[in-house]
Amino acid sequence: MLALSDFLILGAVMFGLSIAGIFINRKNIIILLMAIELMLLAVNMNFIAFSHFLGDTAGQVFVFFILTVAAAEAAIGLAILVVLFRNKRTINVTELDSMKG
Amino acid sequence: MFSDWPLLSLVIWIPILGGILVLVTGSDKQAPLARLTALFWSVVTFLISIPLYTGFDTDTAAMQFTERHEWIGSWDIFYHLGVDGISMPLILLTTFITVLVVIAGWEVIKERVAQYMSAFLIMEGLMNGVFASLDSALFYVFWEAMLIPMFIIIGVWGGQNRIYATIKFFLYTFFGSVFMLVALLYLYFQTGSFAILDFHQQPLGMTPQILIFLAFLIAFAVKVPMWPVHTWLPDAHVEAPTGGSVILAAIMLKLGAYGFLRFSLPITPDASQELAWLMITLSLIAVVYIGFVALVQQDMKKLIAYSSISHMGFVTLGFFIAWQIYDNTGSYSGAAMGISGGIVQMISHGFVSGALFLCVGVMYDRMHSRQISDYGGVVNTMPVFAAFMVLFAMANAGLPGTSGFVGEFMVILSSFKANFWYAFLAALTLILGAAYTLWMVKRVIFGTVANDNVAALQDIGRREFLILAILAVAVLTLGIWPAPLLEVMDASVENLLLHMTQSKVIQ
Amino acid sequence: MNNMENVYLWTVLAPLIGAIIAGLFGKRVGRAGAHWVTIIGVAVAFVLSAITFKHMVIDGAEVYNASVYTWMVSEGIRFEIGFLIDNLTAMMMVVVTFVSLMVHIYTVGYMHEDPGYQRFFSYISLFTFSMLMLVMANNFLQLFFGWEAVGLVSYLLIGFWYTRDTAIYANLKAFLVNRVGDFGFLLGIAAVLMYFGSLDYATVFGQVEQVDGQTITLFGDNAWSVITVICILLFIGAMGKSAQVPLHVWLPDSMEGPTPISALIHAATMVTAGIFMVARMSPLFEFSETALTVVLVIGAITALFMGFLGLVQNDIKRVVAYSTLSQLGYMTVALGASAYAAGIFHLMTHAFFKALLFLAAGSVIIAMHHEQDMRKMGGLRKYMPITWITSLIGSLALIGTPLFAGFYSKDSIIEAVAHSQIAGSGFAYFAVLTGVFVTALYSFRMYFLVFHGKERMDEHTRSHLHETPPVVTIPLILLAIPSVIIGAIFMGDMIAGDFFREAIFVLPEHDALGEWAADFHGWWAMALHAFVTWPFWLAAAGVFTAWFLYMKRPEIPGRIQARFQWLHTLLDNKYYADRFNEIVFAGGGRQLGQKLWRIGDVKLIDGLAVNGSAALVGWFAGRIRHIQTGYLFHYAFAMIIGVVVLLGLFVFLNQ
Repeated sequence: MLALSDFLILGAVMFGLSIAGIFINRKNIIILLMAIELMLLAVNMNFIAFSHFLGDTAGQVFVFFILTVAAAEAAIGLAILVVLFRNKRTINVTELDSMKG
Repeated sequence: MFSDWPLLSLVIWIPILGGILVLVTGSDKQAPLARLTALFWSVVTFLISIPLYTGFDTDTAAMQFTERHEWIGSWDIFYHLGVDGISMPLILLTTFITVLVVIAGWEVIKERVAQYMSAFLIMEGLMNGVFASLDSALFYVFWEAMLIPMFIIIGVWGGQNRIYATIKFFLYTFFGSVFMLVALLYLYFQTGSFAILDFHQQPLGMTPQILIFLAFLIAFAVKVPMWPVHTWLPDAHVEAPTGGSVILAAIMLKLGAYGFLRFSLPITPDASQELAWLMITLSLIAVVYIGFVALVQQDMKKLIAYSSISHMGFVTLGFFIAWQIYDNTGSYSGAAMGISGGIVQMISHGFVSGALFLCVGVMYDRMHSRQISDYGGVVNTMPVFAAFMVLFAMANAGLPGTSGFVGEFMVILSSFKANFWYAFLAALTLILGAAYTLWMVKRVIFGTVANDNVAALQDIGRREFLILAILAVAVLTLGIWPAPLLEVMDASVENLLLHMTQSKVIQ
Repeated sequence: MNNMENVYLWTVLAPLIGAIIAGLFGKRVGRAGAHWVTIIGVAVAFVLSAITFKHMVIDGAEVYNASVYTWMVSEGIRFEIGFLIDNLTAMMMVVVTFVSLMVHIYTVGYMHEDPGYQRFFSYISLFTFSMLMLVMANNFLQLFFGWEAVGLVSYLLIGFWYTRDTAIYANLKAFLVNRVGDFGFLLGIAAVLMYFGSLDYATVFGQVEQVDGQTITLFGDNAWSVITVICILLFIGAMGKSAQVPLHVWLPDSMEGPTPISALIHAATMVTAGIFMVARMSPLFEFSETALTVVLVIGAITALFMGFLGLVQNDIKRVVAYSTLSQLGYMTVALGASAYAAGIFHLMTHAFFKALLFLAAGSVIIAMHHEQDMRKMGGLRKYMPITWITSLIGSLALIGTPLFAGFYSKDSIIEAVAHSQIAGSGFAYFAVLTGVFVTALYSFRMYFLVFHGKERMDEHTRSHLHETPPVVTIPLILLAIPSVIIGAIFMGDMIAGDFFREAIFVLPEHDALGEWAADFHGWWAMALHAFVTWPFWLAAAGVFTAWFLYMKRPEIPGRIQARFQWLHTLLDNKYYADRFNEIVFAGGGRQLGQKLWRIGDVKLIDGLAVNGSAALVGWFAGRIRHIQTGYLFHYAFAMIIGVVVLLGLFVFLNQ
């Protein structure tokens, strides 16, 4: 039988991976989007684990919401990415610094 | 017959509505229509304000012509209007000056006429709103809203450096009023009401009183303006179009002084007493220091702006002299004269500075220069104008028989009772005021014709003559017979003094 | 009584109406209309003043004291405009309106070519109105009102020829110096209100005894008598208006105005307002010996030292102007010695003979085609007989020749000072006696230079020399008559008698004049007695010296001048008072203004505080903007750090 802690550790590992993905990745903005998705999935993992072990289905309902929003978000993100590429001719993260003060 | 009419609402909303209607006339092709509409509405407003004087009961200090409707019920904010003997003359001054300003801008403003006229009408309504509000939230709304038309007037129709002047003007005054908002909210939480008259009754501890007083001080001192937060005024005046300068000097400066009367003095009497020394010092600095500064100005508008600051010093001096009189003589006799003198000075300064700015405007329209050195011997080509200019200059120098004398006289009499040296310093204005005003007159008006531009000047036309003549009559009437004005404010000043002399500190 | 009320009211209104019509509708009524309407206005005022004089002085009516209207009410104190008519007022009214009427008529001739004709008449009528308001006032407010109003008209009239730089310089200077006086005067009024609770003469004078003895601290712990402070403050006002040292500097410059004005305002009436005021305030001044001493010493200095200046002037009007200053000094000395009646008496006689001298000087100036330098005149006697004889009468009256008007008034002053016990009276006696010699010397220096001796003008001017028209000479004759007789007529009443009744109050212990006047045996006896007194022989010596220096041996003055060059330079520069004022006050004020503006306003407040805080915000923002790298991962990293820190805090604080 898997304990709650196992699921939480898995979630934490996924979360850590996604943070590492955001920080270490300097090349490709698509990887960045994927890392964000992964981060959301890590959160979902926690939701489901707690929902199961506490016997409360509300957590699982939230997961559906998050999945839906994440899907929409990914779609918008990719659309922005396409426009960005069209304008800048690059999706290299280190070259995207027009917010520099 | 007018007693049932909501006169105060009318003097607020008619000009605002009129302003919107003027705006509707639109482009400059319709400029004559816009001018006429604006004149019509300003005259209507002035006529409506007259019953405020004729129907005014001089025996009571209570608010009159009151209106009270719920506005934001959940926060106890009411649409509550009313006037007493202090605010009523100021409303009349506003409606009167606005008519003159509309006429003064008649031919001078050629671009965006409808917008120009509309800004002044809306401004008039908002200023009347400030004077008539008895609810502090309503007061604050009018107070802040008033900045917008003025911002636009200076920013759009102003001179070369108008952007700097507008931003400075706006930031200065806005900086001040934010503190006032904090003070008002504190008072709301103490009293559970936004009504100004409830604030007057509220006992407060000494520390809160001092903090509230300082918050109000920052807001009002900027508006008056008092030294050292006065430097926005010369810039704003120099850049503003003539009409803007007139409104600024004649009415907007009075709002700060009015704030002292309506808020600082009756709500925080103990703090006012505690800090009276500060107020008196700042006032005397304004009178003397600014008098010297005015002496060396090369720009006529700047000179008159500095002279305004100096004259407003008398207003604040008169307001805060009461406790020193008590310390010196053991009675408050003479204090009411100082306060009344300050109020008379406000009204008089409205006429005199307005007239002087109009005079400078008359010359500027012809020569497009405000520099004293560009003029000389104007009397040779504009004799009628010169006569008016000398009259108003004399009024500015406080000559008896003109309105400029009355307020200064009362404040000097009153301050003598507090301390010989206060009166001594204040009376220096007799010399300084004459020096800077008449020296300017000497260089601008008298002498031989200085250059070809002056030689080509045309004397004032009928429209300009009309405005200056009306103001001349006002200045002389108030100087020769100030009794009616004093009678109107007497009861309210006594009542104010009663609030000021009773401690509100919680024991 | 009601009847007299209208008389008083119309006395002031008639000139005002004239002034308004001539001023506002000058173009419409034309030149003749303007002079007629104002002359009629002033004539009406003169007739009514004469009626008042008869009513008060000859019929001995009760003092009239009532208000016309309430100017304002504040704290129950009524500030009113009203009239106080007693013998003092009645006399002043007659003098003012008479001289004014003469000047109005004279002006028709003097100004007939001037484009500002109507304006001029409007101004002098307005002046008459203001001066009447001043002398008829029954309270300090109205006194101040008239006080400043005559100052205004004086300002307008000195600068009447506004294209002349010297004129507009002089009028600004006159107004500002007067304002210095008014500054003191206004503070004095404030003090009166504080200690007496009223500005009404009768109320104030009625309470003097209660206020006497109260003190006020001004510097440190020194207690000053309230009455002394009030009197000195009021006297500062008088010093400005009556041109006493050191506020005398404006009067010589005021000669830039047209000559009729010099006669009316700067000799006969306005400048004597200060004297009138102090006499009116005699119930106050009597209670302060300190103030009286100040008045006495200031007057004595003015009387003597301004006379010296008259000796070196070459401009005919300026000689008369310094003579006026010196005579005003005499009047002030009289006030200081508590001889108010003598001061007022001299005021009256001086008004006639000095107006005469000025108008005569004006007549000479017309004849000389507006040449005012005496060095270019001489021998005018045979060309202008009427001007010559009237000038002679004026000069004789001025130096105090027995039987002439000036003799009686001046001798009264000298004798009063001699009998006075007040501190400083010794110096004052010396000053007024020396002054007699000086007066005679400069007066007859002028007389000889203008009317006798070599004809020094150029040929063109001489060929056109002729007597001036009747509008000019008739006022001269009319003024010459009182200059001769008025002293003898009023000597008995004013000095020895009880002419002023309750208008002037003198404490018994100060009554030097009364002491001397007790020996008075009629005007004829006094004139005879003069031949054994100092003043007569001093005056005679002065005339003789003038004759010797300017007629007999005209080369001597040049030699004296060369010998005492430093003295001449000092006098020629008027003791450097103008230079001093220009550098210290005018220059200093401008310097201070520049400093305060450039350093205080522009640098400190605007530069440091206002634009400084804006710059500070800008600078700070410029620093911290570098935190914004623009890289997404940096922002994300900051967010994570933030979350960790917040969580850490949360956990840490909950332990």
